[in-house]
Amino acid sequence: MLLRTRLHGKQYEFPDVRVLMGKANEEKSGDRLAGLAAETAAERAAARFVLAELPLWVLREQPAVPYEQDEVTRVIQDALDPVAYAELKDWSVGQLREWLLADTTTAAQISRAADGLTAEMISAVTKLMSNLDLIYAASKVRVSAHCNNTIGLAGRLSSRNQPNHPTDSLTGIRAELYEGLAYGSGDSVIGINPVDDSYSSVARLLEMTHAVIQQWQIPTQNCVLAHVTTQMKCLAAGAPAGLLFQSLAGSQRGNDSFGISVALLDEAQRLAQRHCFTPGPNYLYFETGQGSELSADAHHGWDQLTLEARCYGLARRYRPFQVNTVVGFIGPEYLYDARQIQRAGLEDHFMGKLSGLPMGVDACYTNHARADQNAIENLAVLLTAAGCNYFMGVPMGDDSMLSYQCTSYHDTAALRQLFGLRPAPEFERWLEDLGLMHAGRLTARAGDPSFFLRR
Amino acid sequence: MPEQPATDPQVSIDLPDPALKRPTLSHPADPAGLHALMAATPARIGVGRAGPRYTTAAQLLFQADHAMTQDTLLREVAPSLLAELALFSVATQVCGGKQEYLLRPDLGRKLSENAKEEIRARCPQRPAVQLVVGDGLSAAAVEANLRQILPVIRHGVLSAGLSFGVPFFVSHCRVGVMNDIGELLQPDVLILLIGERPGLGRAESLSAYMAWRPQAGDTDAQRDVLCNIFAGGTNPLEAGAYIVQLAQTMRAHQASGVALKLAT
Ligand code: B12
Repeated sequence: MLLRTRLHGKQYEFPDVRVLMGKANEEKSGDRLAGLAAETAAERAAARFVLAELPLWVLREQPAVPYEQDEVTRVIQDALDPVAYAELKDWSVGQLREWLLADTTTAAQISRAADGLTAEMISAVTKLMSNLDLIYAASKVRVSAHCNNTIGLAGRLSSRNQPNHPTDSLTGIRAELYEGLAYGSGDSVIGINPVDDSYSSVARLLEMTHAVIQQWQIPTQNCVLAHVTTQMKCLAAGAPAGLLFQSLAGSQRGNDSFGISVALLDEAQRLAQRHCFTPGPNYLYFETGQGSELSADAHHGWDQLTLEARCYGLARRYRPFQVNTVVGFIGPEYLYDARQIQRAGLEDHFMGKLSGLPMGVDACYTNHARADQNAIENLAVLLTAAGCNYFMGVPMGDDSMLSYQCTSYHDTAALRQLFGLRPAPEFERWLEDLGLMHAGRLTARAGDPSFFLRR
Repeated sequence: MPEQPATDPQVSIDLPDPALKRPTLSHPADPAGLHALMAATPARIGVGRAGPRYTTAAQLLFQADHAMTQDTLLREVAPSLLAELALFSVATQVCGGKQEYLLRPDLGRKLSENAKEEIRARCPQRPAVQLVVGDGLSAAAVEANLRQILPVIRHGVLSAGLSFGVPFFVSHCRVGVMNDIGELLQPDVLILLIGERPGLGRAESLSAYMAWRPQAGDTDAQRDVLCNIFAGGTNPLEAGAYIVQLAQTMRAHQASGVALKLAT
């Protein structure tokens, strides 16, 4: 294989696809940590010139981890639609980019083509896209799903109500949940990250959130983001769960370190179909994020963008209700500053959509990264323009348990009003009936958690 | 030079510390109820709104807390505390300060050669329980909790009739360093108390990561964690008792992490 170009009089040569893919990435501290980043900006540009000419079939034949070695690769390759693949396998990566952006290319055509793309191809084209390219192409595609309500329809923006508490206190969580509902947050899910991963504690959180859903007849689903095995135990014992959650990695070794496998996820899905109290048919909730594979030394020498794309390839198998990257969650060793976090947020959202997933984004940062709330507000605006399905809703964006900052209950309300978007239709009706929203805007009553002390 | 104003504008701004928890939401439906809700959580609720945005006071307090957190990030654990608790101190392979620590987690997972020698010289091998303290992402977390939690764990382990290794401190430490320590000392149960990344205006949260016979190649799937240890979360005294109990469970099942979960 020869991968070479001259650029401004200088020769650049890349030994293989893996190295080329790493060097073509936008600057990320995680790729530098892995020793994969381009040495200079010119080398990055050269890598992109070469990558743009690469035929897509080469990427299919060179997955990040060999088929025999890795079940994530097997899931992705086995699910490929041979007809869709045959139509585009001879395109170059640069051609795919232009096709995605072309005015004649429709959403329906993109989702059909998606059946013929592997994660490595999706990652490759993403490297050639500018930020506005990523926003524009993603905005063409809507992916909607149904559980107890409908997420991802055009003209809608949803919010996960994330009422985390440092001791899993039921009264504390309920108080935050009320605050969020009062701002119209909770149509994607009422989803709690528990401190205590034990069965009894998780079951108690499921019971409480379910009771609030029943009491107020809220058209939504609940979820406790414990390890999936804990949730399965809860479901089997009759605890009321609306969605099942798990974090995903883009390699089998990465998933080993998360304590999961394809067989386990298959079983979780079967259990959810049988026991969740919601009608479905989409029962799963996944989170991902660039850097988790490298953090578990499970990246196989590949760049973090490609591994992230592979998470989406795996997620697709389960027809999930929602998927979001938690971009910026891990820390500066993977995404150093506001600029890198913003870039990765746009990349992940685009790649998820191109993988056919109902994508949301947890736009966030940690206190040890060089970012602040302004950066995350900017990213949320960009992603809303890109047609993102949902954001997180956390009291003022400050998660008192996970020690990170993300978007707030207020943010989704502001974004809806700014872009003329509405909550999920069932949930909007519910807000209207309660008098918290009128014609897509918060009413005078909204924003007051004590409103929910009436019943 | 701007012209000197003719008269002193009669404005006097002299503020009390705003870090008090009071609602910035006006006209709640149930004022007493709102207070109770706010008392139930450290989260920023009852903040009210200006249109769909924050009230000014709530927004400024958020920004002030972010500023404070930035300032605490770069601190190191006070040597006097380590001396007081008789912990000797070793380092990982991070040698370029906090900035390198943040960008090179791989180095924070490996003990330096000096550290290995010192640990070998000072610590007996194969204790039932080995305790190690690491700064992690928050020196303040170690300082806020260690005085309380360390004696509880030591006492608990000893009164369960188990041997307690010589505890020590690791600077610029990541969770993955447990493997190196496991190889070196071969404890049955290794407990690593480590500072969690700081939250907004809160940096006191400590975690206990634990593993049964940790060794090279182990991942988080072989570990357990008890997190949010601080006065406002899991109280350090209670946490200490829980940790001892978990150590005994690990010994009983000869497992930790996902394997322990499947066994219990
Ligand atoms: C950052 C983080 C992560 C990152 C870790 C990567 C990284 N490089 O840091 C990612 C996103 C990968 C992650 C994943 C998960 N996490 Co996590 N994570 C955290 C968080 C927010 C901060 C941790 C921290 O400050 N570490 C300190 C620094 C110094 O450590 P470090 O060496 O840099 O990083 C290591 C640890 O963070 C560790 N780690 C992170 N999460 C977990 C979870 C478990 C069970 C274990 C054993 C280790 C572990 O992995 C890193 C690499 O070794 C905590 C919240 C908290 N308050 O502590 C939750 C937290 C520890 N995670 C939690 C959970 C449940 C998970 C998952 C199991 C979620 C899931 N359902 O899949 C996964 C799987 C983790 C695993 N490998 O087994 C829970 C643990 C609850 C419990 N008592 O068991 C916590 C407390 C948050 C919560 N309540 O949901 N997590």
